[in-house]
Amino acid sequence: MSTRTIKVDYLARVEGEGAMHVTVEAGRVSRCELRIFEPPRFFEAFLRGREYAEAPDITARICGICPIAYQMSAVHAMEDIFGVRVGGPLRALRRLIYCGEWIESHVLHIYMLHAPDFIGYESAIEMARDHPELVRQGLRLKKIGNDLMTLVGGREIHPINVRVGGFYRVPRRHELETLRADLEWGMKAAEDTVHWAAGLAFPDFEQDYEFVALRHPHEYPFNEGRLVSSAGLDIPVNAFDEHFEEIHVPHSTSLHARLRARGNYFVGPLARYNLNFDRLSPRVQAAARAAGIAGGCRNPFQSIVVRALEVLHAYEEALAIIDAYVEPEAPVIDYEVRAGTGHGCTEAPRGICYHRYTVGADGLIGDAVIVPPTSQNQPTIENDLRGFVERHLDEDDERLQWLCEQAIRNYDPCISCSCHFLNLTVERR
Amino acid sequence: MSEAHSRPKLAVWKFASCDGCQLSLLDCEDELLAVAEAIEIANFPEASRAVVAGPYDLSLVEGSITTPHDAERIRDIRAQSKTLVTIGACATAGGIQALRNFADVEAFTRIVYARPEYIATLAESTAIADHVAVDFELRGCPISKTQLLEVISAFLAGRRPVTPAHSVCVECKLRGTVCVMVAQGTPCLGPATHAGCGAICPAYDRGCYGCFGPMETPNPAALDARWGELGADRARRERVYRTFNAGAPAFREAAARIAAADEEES
Repeated sequence: MSTRTIKVDYLARVEGEGAMHVTVEAGRVSRCELRIFEPPRFFEAFLRGREYAEAPDITARICGICPIAYQMSAVHAMEDIFGVRVGGPLRALRRLIYCGEWIESHVLHIYMLHAPDFIGYESAIEMARDHPELVRQGLRLKKIGNDLMTLVGGREIHPINVRVGGFYRVPRRHELETLRADLEWGMKAAEDTVHWAAGLAFPDFEQDYEFVALRHPHEYPFNEGRLVSSAGLDIPVNAFDEHFEEIHVPHSTSLHARLRARGNYFVGPLARYNLNFDRLSPRVQAAARAAGIAGGCRNPFQSIVVRALEVLHAYEEALAIIDAYVEPEAPVIDYEVRAGTGHGCTEAPRGICYHRYTVGADGLIGDAVIVPPTSQNQPTIENDLRGFVERHLDEDDERLQWLCEQAIRNYDPCISCSCHFLNLTVERR
Repeated sequence: MSEAHSRPKLAVWKFASCDGCQLSLLDCEDELLAVAEAIEIANFPEASRAVVAGPYDLSLVEGSITTPHDAERIRDIRAQSKTLVTIGACATAGGIQALRNFADVEAFTRIVYARPEYIATLAESTAIADHVAVDFELRGCPISKTQLLEVISAFLAGRRPVTPAHSVCVECKLRGTVCVMVAQGTPCLGPATHAGCGAICPAYDRGCYGCFGPMETPNPAALDARWGELGADRARRERVYRTFNAGAPAFREAAARIAAADEEES
């Protein structure tokens, strides 16, 4: 009986350390693992005994690519405990800094991590030799996202300005205006990116997924909404624990998340897009129609198009926020610390990021639970690998390995985030 | 750089970390392509699946040592690297994950993981320099990308990088920021903290919280007394040193001294 192994010992163009191992026996995948060997860092443990106000600064350090997601989920969970409601311009500024994070993270993935797979290069730097204008466009689009993070947050990696109840300092209107010309350029460049991405060649691949995302009454989701799914889930964020669980598997330092009722699920751009298409602006919807995916998108290889649509959305949203911005009277809302348990769930670039804290009357954290997006997608990624390899056994090992890597990168996995992710081994028996 | 046509080889390595410091290189949007022309990006998995074999002329190392395997791996990387530079608080001081050094790591594992037996981890998170010789340390959580470019430029020019070791206070003066501790009574770690960030926090109306670790010759005892006068309780004063650079000797000692004084009083 022939055995075939396809593996990658250190997965490239993902954030963090992981490996992949697939074993094929007699034409069937007998073993498929996305191994996360990123060393554990124990955030939930050392958060115990820290003050509630430190949670946004400390949890930002889980991930250098999406620190805002952690800061936002943390402050919303704390505000849930203290009964604080952040509205008006402070709420708009939170959405604005989240636009910056979606832009820098998505554009990094589209141009530098994912595009080389589609065009056949090892890296964006190699791709730049033949396609300099394409790469320069990506770098400028990404830089504007970082500029937004820096202006509102103080710096692009681990911003310092987000706090429970608002910000330390809010930007002046004229400071935000300095970004206008770049954001207007970015809208056009994002539309070009959607058009370019839609013209790439995609492997024909769809599986049966349950998409999970936030849904807000009026907006494409960032910070608030109910948790909904394509299989009819519709719950408030504070019911997360009743419907989701985390399990610990031997080949991963990341905990795998599952829906208690139905198992694997899918978070991130595809999930948000399919569940919230009607919340996108006419301009983004028109771009989606031109890209041919306005009716929905279930092929994870096409996530690059959906990410580009979300970049367009973020640019448009950022401009709208700046247009409507009125400087708030105070950078932070007054609140009183009280004991309790609170929940926060926001849409990180890679999908929902859930936090739960229990805080004592002294303001110290007694218990913390953090569920990052990549640990939620990990079982779905393994399931994609299994399905993909079985349908592409005719490819030679080298080609199949690269395609498997691409299938993993469809999810923009953040292994550092999962604290816990990836190395591909496909073994054929 | 011995041969006119061959560029020096750069490798970027990751240990326990958030990826933010190596991301700083990809965040040099205006300079990245020029950097890639001056130096061959030979091994940088976050950016490329191509790996050029060592030895490497310049290795940038992110992250701290937290597993038995990583303690081995860093020795191998040192052997392959002519110049080794550590980047960021994890690599230079053990990072936020060094908080385990002051706790029971088995208890930590039980809090996070249902099956602790699947997890291989060391009792302490330690700096790279605790394991191998390091040629230069770049501070920060995260590092400053301007300073990262300075490290690469200095390497290419064959000189030592210029990264001032004075305190954040000097950066506030350079930036024209009014002192938040003097003017507003906001506790600020700036007087004891290494420069490099550009004094961002005081410019955003908050006190420095020490991302860049201790400055060259800090006086945390005097600073701590001032924090006490401003109303910061002992637990808070201990915590501020036990955050992103908890393992840096000057901050470790400052926290220990505050904790010991607390025990004496109670």
